[in-house]
Amino acid sequence: MTVQAPYPASAERASATPALEVADLVKTYRSGGRKKTEVRALDGVSFSVPAGTVFGLLGPNGAGKSTTVKILTTLSRADSGTARVMGLDVVADQERVRLAIGYVSQKSGADTEATGRENLVLSGRIYGLSRHEAGQRADALLERFGLAEAAGRLVRTYSGGMQRKLDVALGLIHRPRVLFLDEPTTGLDPEARADMWAEIERLSTEDGITVLLTTHYLEEADRLAGQLAIVDRGRVVAEGTPESLKAALHGDAIQIDLAEAGTMGEARLLVERMPGVGALHLDGVTLRARVDSGAAAVPAVLGVLDDAGIAVSSVTMSRPSLDDVYLQHAGRSFTNADRAEEERAA
Amino acid sequence: MTATATTGAIAAAPGGLFAHTGYITGRWLRAQLRQPAYLVFSLLQPAIWLLLFGQLFKGIVNLPGFDSDSYIAFLTPGIVIMTALLSSGWSGTGFILDMERGIMDRMLTSPVRRGALMAGQLVSQAVSILIQGVIVLVMGIAAGARYDGGAAGFAVTLGTAVLLAVGFCSLSNAVALLTRQQTALIGIFQFVSLPLTFLSSVMMDPDLAPDWVATAARYNPVDWAVVASREALSADPNWAVVGWRAGFLATFAVVVAWLCTRAFRTYQRSA
Repeated sequence: MTVQAPYPASAERASATPALEVADLVKTYRSGGRKKTEVRALDGVSFSVPAGTVFGLLGPNGAGKSTTVKILTTLSRADSGTARVMGLDVVADQERVRLAIGYVSQKSGADTEATGRENLVLSGRIYGLSRHEAGQRADALLERFGLAEAAGRLVRTYSGGMQRKLDVALGLIHRPRVLFLDEPTTGLDPEARADMWAEIERLSTEDGITVLLTTHYLEEADRLAGQLAIVDRGRVVAEGTPESLKAALHGDAIQIDLAEAGTMGEARLLVERMPGVGALHLDGVTLRARVDSGAAAVPAVLGVLDDAGIAVSSVTMSRPSLDDVYLQHAGRSFTNADRAEEERAA
Repeated sequence: MTATATTGAIAAAPGGLFAHTGYITGRWLRAQLRQPAYLVFSLLQPAIWLLLFGQLFKGIVNLPGFDSDSYIAFLTPGIVIMTALLSSGWSGTGFILDMERGIMDRMLTSPVRRGALMAGQLVSQAVSILIQGVIVLVMGIAAGARYDGGAAGFAVTLGTAVLLAVGFCSLSNAVALLTRQQTALIGIFQFVSLPLTFLSSVMMDPDLAPDWVATAARYNPVDWAVVASREALSADPNWAVVGWRAGFLATFAVVVAWLCTRAFRTYQRSA
């Protein structure tokens, strides 16, 4: 294969330039119509991604993940702030940024009325590969993603998982340095999702590509991302490795679902007063707290509630999860945030 | 692509406007060929116009002052132009599907020349307008139309049809980029296309229509195309008439195509 990376990986490893540098991005959307409403999609987003790593942007729908990706991929412009890809400014140097990146959007991106191979070859030609090179590269990618047999079929006939793999292959045709994956597994069945996860892991370990992944699946971020930024309402509320974020939370999480919402006030007062209980959050009939030791706290809490005649429908105890991290930093649970954003959007 | 050794340097943008236009044209032509039903209907439709209107308005030539003695000969270039107009309106639907499927966004993050996204689609539309035009002319001649203008006349007819199509395809694409809605796009073109057809000399000699229609026709690109075509097909064409109309059309096409390229930027700003 004569295609080479835009510049040698060794030079990149030697340099300290992060693959992505994002500083204070602000973006406000103005909706038209008679009532001019402003939605602040990004409210000062900053983060930095070292080359060759998988970085996760985690947050509920509407948190600002896709907007951030659109700015980084030159699709959109920030109102203020700066973003650099491989040291190149996304506005001033957008032509070169486009050569360095691959973009897999939320909405597929493959032409369903063309075959998988035709999609890849067209894309390769646009990036300047010769007909021969584009064909070779297309075949290699089809092989790699297990699409060789479907290469000559119209994409319309592909399954969801196959289409998503083709989308990723399309993003890789020109051997980009940075690949943006916007919600790569949304809508996939569990098997296809596991497949996709394996492919994403290969990207950084075998190909040395920097991957920016947005997701609203906590599990996905936990599994794939070396570094994470948790985004909520247009801001980065926490950043670190999944482990460090979880380790920063002491003890265990307990969740108590009460049988009746009316007893919540009383339950709260009782639990609050117990020693070793902190970070109390109420949510409908659910009461969440952090405790030093779950094993000791659960029987004690149940005892106190039972003494007060408060019925409990279920109790769960867990080691800290990213959901707890999210709760800690965003002040609301992930699923609730997701629901709230969906309702706001509707 | 060649490797550049300096850190941070990423190879210069590949491929020029022409190469990219070629790739994009290929994509759209292939897609058109894969829709046999669309192909058949897009050829059947002008045939129906030709036969239907040809029969319906046959008697018009007997009106005193009508400037032709064969209605089918009068009508045929009109149908070529009308077909170009009506087909062009649909052009933007390709862009809307591309936006819905995320193809547009993927393209816009690539180094593809923005002008090529537009030009490639326009070229592919022009090719199908050209083929439709040839078929309509052949059908007209088969139905008895005779033209003294010969090859030059046919060339002008097809050329003005293509210019008109480039203009209205661009307009359709611009509306697509700005509204991003299939229904809005189709609604707007339904609203515009028939009045533009009837406020011209496609089917009727404007001298026989009310004054205001003739006046409106003078500012109507559809009429420019029809007048230029008929003039060039006549026995002794007044090339000044042809030249001016073709010039107006070319200007119209260039201005609208440019506006459409601007619409890309608006699309991007609001992304």
